[in-house]
Amino acid sequence: MTSNPDDWVDRCRVLARRIREHCLRMTHRGHSGHVGSMLSMAEILSVLYTRVLKVDPADPRRPDRDRFVLSKGHGGCAVYAVLGELGFFPKAWFEGYYRDKGRLMGHISHHVPGVEFSTGSLGHGLPVAVGMALAARRARRTHRVVCLMSDGDCDAGSSWEALLFAAQHRLDNLTVIVDYNRIQALGFSRDILDLEPLARKLAACHWAVQEVDGHDVAALDQALSTLPFEPGQPSWLVCHTVKGKGVSFMENTVSCHYGSVDDRQLAQALRELEAAS
Amino acid sequence: MRSLFNKVLVDIAKADERIWMILADIGYGEIEPFRDTFPDRWYNCGVAEQNMTGVACGVALEGNIAITYSIANFPTLRCLEQIRNDVCYHHANVKIVIIGGGLAYGALGVSHQATEDIAIMRALPNMVVFCPCDFAEAEAGVHAMIAHDGPFYYRCGYKKEPPVHAGPIEFQLGRAIRVRDGRDLTFLFTGTIGSQVVKAAETLNREGLACRVLSMHTVKPLDREAILAAAEETGGLVVVEEHQISGGLGGAVAEVLADACVAPRRFLRIGLPDVYVSQVGSHEWLLDQYGLSAEKIAGTVRTMFGS
Repeated sequence: MTSNPDDWVDRCRVLARRIREHCLRMTHRGHSGHVGSMLSMAEILSVLYTRVLKVDPADPRRPDRDRFVLSKGHGGCAVYAVLGELGFFPKAWFEGYYRDKGRLMGHISHHVPGVEFSTGSLGHGLPVAVGMALAARRARRTHRVVCLMSDGDCDAGSSWEALLFAAQHRLDNLTVIVDYNRIQALGFSRDILDLEPLARKLAACHWAVQEVDGHDVAALDQALSTLPFEPGQPSWLVCHTVKGKGVSFMENTVSCHYGSVDDRQLAQALRELEAAS
Repeated sequence: MRSLFNKVLVDIAKADERIWMILADIGYGEIEPFRDTFPDRWYNCGVAEQNMTGVACGVALEGNIAITYSIANFPTLRCLEQIRNDVCYHHANVKIVIIGGGLAYGALGVSHQATEDIAIMRALPNMVVFCPCDFAEAEAGVHAMIAHDGPFYYRCGYKKEPPVHAGPIEFQLGRAIRVRDGRDLTFLFTGTIGSQVVKAAETLNREGLACRVLSMHTVKPLDREAILAAAEETGGLVVVEEHQISGGLGGAVAEVLADACVAPRRFLRIGLPDVYVSQVGSHEWLLDQYGLSAEKIAGTVRTMFGS
């Protein structure tokens, strides 16, 4: 059978769909929230874990792994979904997400194989990623450090402390991806703490910035295939995304930040995902 | 003490290239030797303590020892959540060093007075809390801090504190050091207030009250055996600390006693009485105003013990 060069695109899309399905089922079983934030980063995670990050399910702590820090820890369920799909731990663990005796807590936990760092309070991921990048550079190691942030993360002063520092020290082994769905806990970010013009602000802070449709796996792959964007500068990829992506009654709604789905909504959401695939 | 700290640290770091310093624009006149000797292990984050702590955590998680260092409350309270979530939860090998615990910065005011730090730091799982009283403990403590694998809080003095120990010390993290012995009561102290406590004990001793004095340089883990032995062997316990009276060494000692169902005949905590320091003055003057000078400590104990 001849290899279709676009097979990886299909595989990425399938993985993104599975991430969404797992997240909907896990949050439904756990009666937990943040599902909208998970759905918006499905393609980002899919491309990262199949095309960008060098990680090894058989040896999650191997020293030459790429470091991936999820700063928007409330979306940790989506990372669990990828890690389970890739075999870092048994998919049976999904059953225990957010439930008694479970292995998967609501905010991302480093006690789970494949998870680099625990977060949950916004603004914590980037400073730690910066420290990891500094240490890697001094040790002359070639692995990359990638930090995935949210809109809310970009509100935090600590994130700005860290991004100024990363540019000051020209950390070009560091990449930030922002899942820019423009909705945070209580509303639209433009009405709460307007980040615009985000890309220009970051460029003015001496980051090499690119923007991409965060649901286009080919575009994501293209952007992340040449890191750093500029030698001597940290890279920042603004991913324009839709909160609740893939589920009609969630897309671009504030309510899906905290919301989970009931039985009827779960069935509808899964039907919509299937129909779109 | 801060000069000694920096000198010892540089000496250790010459042989241990895992050691980094991550600063937040504080340390003028003290940190330059580390910067100049190890420029690739020294970073100034600017006035950005949350980033300082997060960066230190990231550096430490890569197999290094990262030291954050600043004045009083800056590397603790301003970035407490980073210390809790990032450093302590991940058991990262980060050492948090403050210069000038208690009222050491005197007339600079409340922002520069670390008076709740012990209570807050000791509440954090995985954290060691260490407060040296003099140069001997300070030097031994730097070595212990580096040897310890995990989060460590080091409350460093800021000037030329007088010696508390008469000679060489037998130092072990988590073990109290007996500065002097006596059967009538035991003073327990932590940190540089020790010199005032020893003077108070000498005064009381001359008056016929034989005082044991224990330096509790490690507030966490605390030396339970030394506390319980003091309670059983001497007539009462007096805990002195340059810190709010709640939650610090006095509170920790009381917890040990209560857990062991041991009640000393008398128990007294001397510290700041749940107030911020509103008066203006030097370290020594403020200590006296708040009952923490040798004379005031001796007076308080004299009244209580009826000597």
